[in-house]
Amino acid sequence: MPEQPGRSAIEVRGVRKVFGSGESQVAALDTVSVSIRENEFFTLLGPSGCGKTTLLRLIAGFDFPSAGEILLHGQDIAPLPPFRRPVNTVFQNYALFPHMTVAENIGFGLEMLGKPKTEVKARVAEMLKLVKMEALSNRRTSQISGGQQQRVALARALAPQPKVLLLDEPLSALDFKLRKEMQIELKRLQHETGITFIFVTHDQEEALTMSDRIAVMSSGKILQVGTPWDIYDKPAERFVADFIGETNFLTAAISGMGNGKARATLKSGATIDATVAEGFQPKDNATVVVRPEHAKLTSGKGDLSGTVENIVYFGTDTHIHVRLDSSESFTVRQQNTRSAGCGFERGDKVGISIGNDAAQVLRD
Amino acid sequence: MASAEQVAEEAERREIRDRWLLSAPALIIIFLAATGPLLIVVIYSFLTPGPYGGVVWKFSTDGWLSVLMQRDIFDDTLAFADAHLSIFWRSAKLSFLTTILTLLFGFPTAYFIATRPARQRDIWLFLITIPFWTNLLIRTFAIQEVIRNEGLVNTVLIKLGIISQPIQMMFTDFALMVGMTYVYLPLMVLPLYASMEKIDFRLVEAGYDLYANRFQVLRRVIIPLVKPGIIAGSILVFIPALGAYVTPRVLGGSKNMMLGSLIELQFGQGRNWPLGSALSLSLMAIVMVALLFYVRSVGRRDGAHG
Repeated sequence: MPEQPGRSAIEVRGVRKVFGSGESQVAALDTVSVSIRENEFFTLLGPSGCGKTTLLRLIAGFDFPSAGEILLHGQDIAPLPPFRRPVNTVFQNYALFPHMTVAENIGFGLEMLGKPKTEVKARVAEMLKLVKMEALSNRRTSQISGGQQQRVALARALAPQPKVLLLDEPLSALDFKLRKEMQIELKRLQHETGITFIFVTHDQEEALTMSDRIAVMSSGKILQVGTPWDIYDKPAERFVADFIGETNFLTAAISGMGNGKARATLKSGATIDATVAEGFQPKDNATVVVRPEHAKLTSGKGDLSGTVENIVYFGTDTHIHVRLDSSESFTVRQQNTRSAGCGFERGDKVGISIGNDAAQVLRD
Repeated sequence: MASAEQVAEEAERREIRDRWLLSAPALIIIFLAATGPLLIVVIYSFLTPGPYGGVVWKFSTDGWLSVLMQRDIFDDTLAFADAHLSIFWRSAKLSFLTTILTLLFGFPTAYFIATRPARQRDIWLFLITIPFWTNLLIRTFAIQEVIRNEGLVNTVLIKLGIISQPIQMMFTDFALMVGMTYVYLPLMVLPLYASMEKIDFRLVEAGYDLYANRFQVLRRVIIPLVKPGIIAGSILVFIPALGAYVTPRVLGGSKNMMLGSLIELQFGQGRNWPLGSALSLSLMAIVMVALLFYVRSVGRRDGAHG
């Protein structure tokens, strides 16, 4: 997918955030820089404690960076209080005002901006329609379900037409089916409103299915920024490859580097083509990753050889765990057909062939 | 053989009996401790004062009539007298002022405590409750020590050369307000804290996020959320303040009488127990009517909002 040029909505430059003082000091964000484009569905993905929520709170203005700048359309907003930023948040637990009705919640931001009553009313009606909540506008927020609260929270944050909408794990409190529904709903809302969404989640599948681009974070750093396809197929670091989907890690010697490609000589002696992560420094033992579905099991000789250790049936596909002759373990995912069995049995000596565009060399 | 219906009926009957048995101790205490004494006061208010205090068992409405009227010493006719009424009014005014002052001081205090880290909060709450450990009379005398003519404030101000004559603070309404606010402050802080502690501070963040400035967040988010605490605190302060005795007596002097002193007077030097009883019951009635109006007005405002 080619990178689309676009004006950046949010530009984070060298932002550090340190909590505590003295010896108990913790850097929640360690010199993070990232540029988020206009009208983009941008996801901050990482495990809990990676700093993704901290970054979101800095953009919202609930916390202030220890160092660095946060630009909104070129203007530094880092020192501004949250009520002076044209940015709105959908909170993890929605944080709806319990002493107000659904409609009052949605109108709150506009009211605070001093918009005339008729305009507030019209906009609230429009928002209620957008999130399909017209019938419940006079309910208390305690009288509606979790999914409905989610919609109200979205409508409330979208009503003042923010330049950027921040979403802090908004789907984590919903059950599976509702979450799937809301994922589609969120995409629809982003498309219809044309607002830049910055979405925080620890759910890699959610990130892959919803985002235009993803930033993978770990221990206060952004490890890689890219399209879901980039992140999944061309992970730059071990953490990224491991955090998203299942991966096989192999050790290899790299030669013939050029144009982002190289030749990787595996322990088995076979040489395969691989793409190389940006910032890779040539070294003896580089790590090569191959996704389980990008490798093929053969009964003859392949790039790798080993013994079938375990076979796990998943309905749509079957995972075949192979112990390589080099003693590394390797998993192959094979699409299932209606014919019985996958064609292999435990203990079989097998070969594994890796396709032409299936391997990626990590930088660490 | 008993049918299932009969068995169920029997079980229900037993359950009801057990429920009464189990709540009997509480009911007895409520009756003896609350209703009993109140009944005595009601009865006394309709009797005749005894010559050396106490009552003579002879029915009379003089106690109640004297609340608002005065019997002429010479021709025994009743005429309207506003002496008691003005004391009622004064007490109500000062108690209302006390409630406002404790709210003004108590709100930031409670907010401060509620926003501390959980472990620090206990220490602050402990400090708030410390005054309760000392006798009210002693605390009131301590205030006297601070504000009297030769007291701390005046001495310091004179030594610093800011004033040459001591400022008369004792036996003024100012002294009374200082004392009452000090004494009743914890009663305001504790219920306020209890409802502030329950606030989800993400709601405050949501308020800021939706363009509300600090004042708007206070008015539109925090105050509505702690309203139950404000109501509870106001009731807890206003009612005892209305009947306060020690503080007005020590700091306000005898010139500026409040209800508590007036009632005490009838049971002591005045030797008019029926009038004292009638005044007590009038006070109670006023409090109840005030409460009723307050609760209803708050309820209505809530309803209009929804």
